[in-house]
Amino acid sequence: MKDPQIGKAVPRKEGREKVTGSARYVDDLTFPGMIHGVTVRSSIARGRILGIQFGEGIPWDEFTIVTAKDIPGKNCVALLIEDQPCLADQFVNHPEEAVVLLAHADKYLLEEARRAVRIETQPLPPVFTIEDSLARKQVIWVEDNIFKAYQVEKGNVDTAWEAAEFIVEGEYETGAQEQLYIEPQGMIAQAGPGSRVTVWGSLQCPYYVHKALVRLFDLPKEQVRVVQTETGGGFGGKEEYPSMIAGHAALLAWKSGKPVKIVYDRAEDMAATTKRHPSRTRHRTGISRDGKLVAMEIDFTLDGGAYETLSPVVLSRGTIHAAGPYSCPNVRIRSRVVATNAPPHGAFRGFGAPQSVFALERHLDRVAAAVGLTPEELRRRNFIHEGETLAVSQVVREKVQMDKLLDRALELSGYHEKRKRFATENARGPIKLGIGFASFLHGAGFTGSGEEYLASEALVTATREGKVHVLAGSTEMGQGTNTIFAQIAADALGLDCQQIEILQPDTALVPNSGPTVASRTTMIVGKLVESAALSIRKTLQDAGLLKAEYGSKEFQDACCRYIEKFGALQSLVKYQHPQDLHWDDGTYQGDAYGAYAWAVYVAEVSVDTRTAEARVEDFVAVQEVGKVIHPVLAAGQIEGGVAQGIGFALYENIVWQEGRMANGQMTNYIMPTSMDVPNIRVYFEEIPYARGPAGAKGIGELPLDGTAPAIANAIAHATGADVRAVPMTPEKLMELLESVHA
Amino acid sequence: MPEALRRIRVQCVINGKGVSLEAYPMARLLDVLREEAGLTGTKEGCGEGECGACSIEMDGVLVNSCLVPVLQAEGAVIRTIEGMAGAGQLSAVQQAFLAHGGAQCGICTPGMILAAVNLLSRNAQPTESEIREGLSGNLCRCTGYTKIFESVMEACRLLEVGK
Repeated sequence: MKDPQIGKAVPRKEGREKVTGSARYVDDLTFPGMIHGVTVRSSIARGRILGIQFGEGIPWDEFTIVTAKDIPGKNCVALLIEDQPCLADQFVNHPEEAVVLLAHADKYLLEEARRAVRIETQPLPPVFTIEDSLARKQVIWVEDNIFKAYQVEKGNVDTAWEAAEFIVEGEYETGAQEQLYIEPQGMIAQAGPGSRVTVWGSLQCPYYVHKALVRLFDLPKEQVRVVQTETGGGFGGKEEYPSMIAGHAALLAWKSGKPVKIVYDRAEDMAATTKRHPSRTRHRTGISRDGKLVAMEIDFTLDGGAYETLSPVVLSRGTIHAAGPYSCPNVRIRSRVVATNAPPHGAFRGFGAPQSVFALERHLDRVAAAVGLTPEELRRRNFIHEGETLAVSQVVREKVQMDKLLDRALELSGYHEKRKRFATENARGPIKLGIGFASFLHGAGFTGSGEEYLASEALVTATREGKVHVLAGSTEMGQGTNTIFAQIAADALGLDCQQIEILQPDTALVPNSGPTVASRTTMIVGKLVESAALSIRKTLQDAGLLKAEYGSKEFQDACCRYIEKFGALQSLVKYQHPQDLHWDDGTYQGDAYGAYAWAVYVAEVSVDTRTAEARVEDFVAVQEVGKVIHPVLAAGQIEGGVAQGIGFALYENIVWQEGRMANGQMTNYIMPTSMDVPNIRVYFEEIPYARGPAGAKGIGELPLDGTAPAIANAIAHATGADVRAVPMTPEKLMELLESVHA
Repeated sequence: MPEALRRIRVQCVINGKGVSLEAYPMARLLDVLREEAGLTGTKEGCGEGECGACSIEMDGVLVNSCLVPVLQAEGAVIRTIEGMAGAGQLSAVQQAFLAHGGAQCGICTPGMILAAVNLLSRNAQPTESEIREGLSGNLCRCTGYTKIFESVMEACRLLEVGK
């Protein structure tokens, strides 16, 4: 038997292709006769389309031109509901809405043609802010501008205030954030009336794209095929928007009869695709004399942009995470996501939780100060323990050790010593140092009954030569799906990772394993892969072809003999929802997630009070994520997530003008460089999770939740500034510093 | 036909081989490499010289190929990611990126490896802060850079041992 592959830093499956430049991303592919496509967008945020003018000097007869009337099926990007059109028809609801598609063989002429198209519109008054949308300044969505609202009730908040010695209130905001995967979005489509529609592209969720194309073309499922090409980062940004681009490329291919490639340049990608939802959170918190939380009232609002898209689900996760890893007997969370005339906001790593966790963790530092406790002592007195209930009344059945994580994080970061030292050092000089932390949790997998509804599948097959193939709809986008699945299958079969091959996600071949989102791939789909691989082993052993102990040669012989005797050797496993997990969508109560990752992050910052620039000088990330399958990939997930969190906290500011991103370039939308990120020190506690593959839980989104509040708390510690919003750019921090000194 | 719209021939050396490329004079070297020379390992991330995904070496200097008009490549000696591995053998920097998690999604990797190789050609034993500075023109959204620094340090060790 092979040594265990899980827990080892085996080489990344597709790593060799990536370091040699031979990995093929969508823009690296060319098809015979392929032409290029571009998108002509709305020029206003809201209005009526009166007409489309095609300017002079362009040989329009050489172009393929597509508008809404060319759509064979329903004009929508099918997702939760079918409200978002694939191409705007009659009305536009945000300034980047696609109206006309053009295709031509010459990219340069195509760009000139795009500029020569004019969409004539009659503007209608738009809405751009959460406040204006809630005030129904204009009603742009149904009756009240609200896509979705939730209410969570635990205990009785209304009567609990009496028991509170202190009541602390606060309002917090987070801005939109661009995923900024370095590979812009793109698709190639091949289609034509009477034939099937096939797309190849950069995407996270092949079956989401598949669903959207089936609806757009009104085709039977088997006539639509979606293939994922090597994907250069996603972070949620390639969860839903690829369905839009795939639709556009396919419509042009359908009409022209030629393969069509659409690859966005950076400016178009930043302007048009989804971003993290901006948020506003209000807290009212009651604390007893001994520092216990007695009541939490949380009001959480997201800006959804112009169409519903995934906003209800983002809101749901943000709502459930809003009360954090604490035990409080009385909790009320009211939340809603509102419509504005900006491009729809969407999935971004953390999916609503970074917004509500920022508010809570920043608020608790303010609560601690008001009560006269240290930030760590306040948390310690309120951390949740095994057997206690979260805000949604989920009883925590896992072993939870928030105290231990906190101790370890504070010790590794030298927190206490630094708190003392900075107090004296900050008295002199313009550079102020600070250290702060955040404690938090992140639920892995789809919320509530989501996994039951997805009913994901994974398939493992073995060949006559003893090669094992994993077929899943889960995508590799850098996070390590291929390698993790190979390790899991290898250990289940007692083989080496090299004997496992992960097939490219292609809806014509792989089953629907659900979307590659929600920190669910390792924990949920990985478990299916493990079960399927174990069942292959059992099949061979039950057939008497394989002994309890075997080597790869014996495995190969057994596969060969089995296939000769019985035919195909394969196992398809479907997700079975654990019987003891219950969720009620009506009351929003129950087991919101099968498992949580738990963490405490500590940030050390320096603030130059002359320029109001904050820098992260040190970062310690301590988390419990179940069994760590691959130590290098897992640490890489945390480090990368923390870097994105640093961007969210300090640099990544979207400037909005009339619903449009005004700084859609890497030159003026600033993500962290190698000079802006400290050494990120990552530590894992491993408590195996009984239902995860080899005990693993989800990990990918976790680091986005706690990074920004830890940094904000550190800035507050360094300067005394009452930080209430991120990104805390120098401009905003300077205002706060001035008010501290005023 | 105006001069700018006439395609020209550019002679240069790419990865040790003399080549003749036909392109518009102001075409971006990035596009010419990818579309005319078929070297798709060089990536476009931003098209404005910010992200470094299109980094290549030109006469020993690290450049963003999206900012170089092809006519400037006349007579140049160019190195791209495709020229890094010799005869199926990964270079030290490539081996280190593979072993230490320096590549995740892989889209910044070719440019990052070129930047690392260029840095090590100028400074065989860089300090951590020199590595940070040397790679600061190359953006990575996946790794948080920590594993990239580790990869470059490991490459230094491999190169030292290999001497």
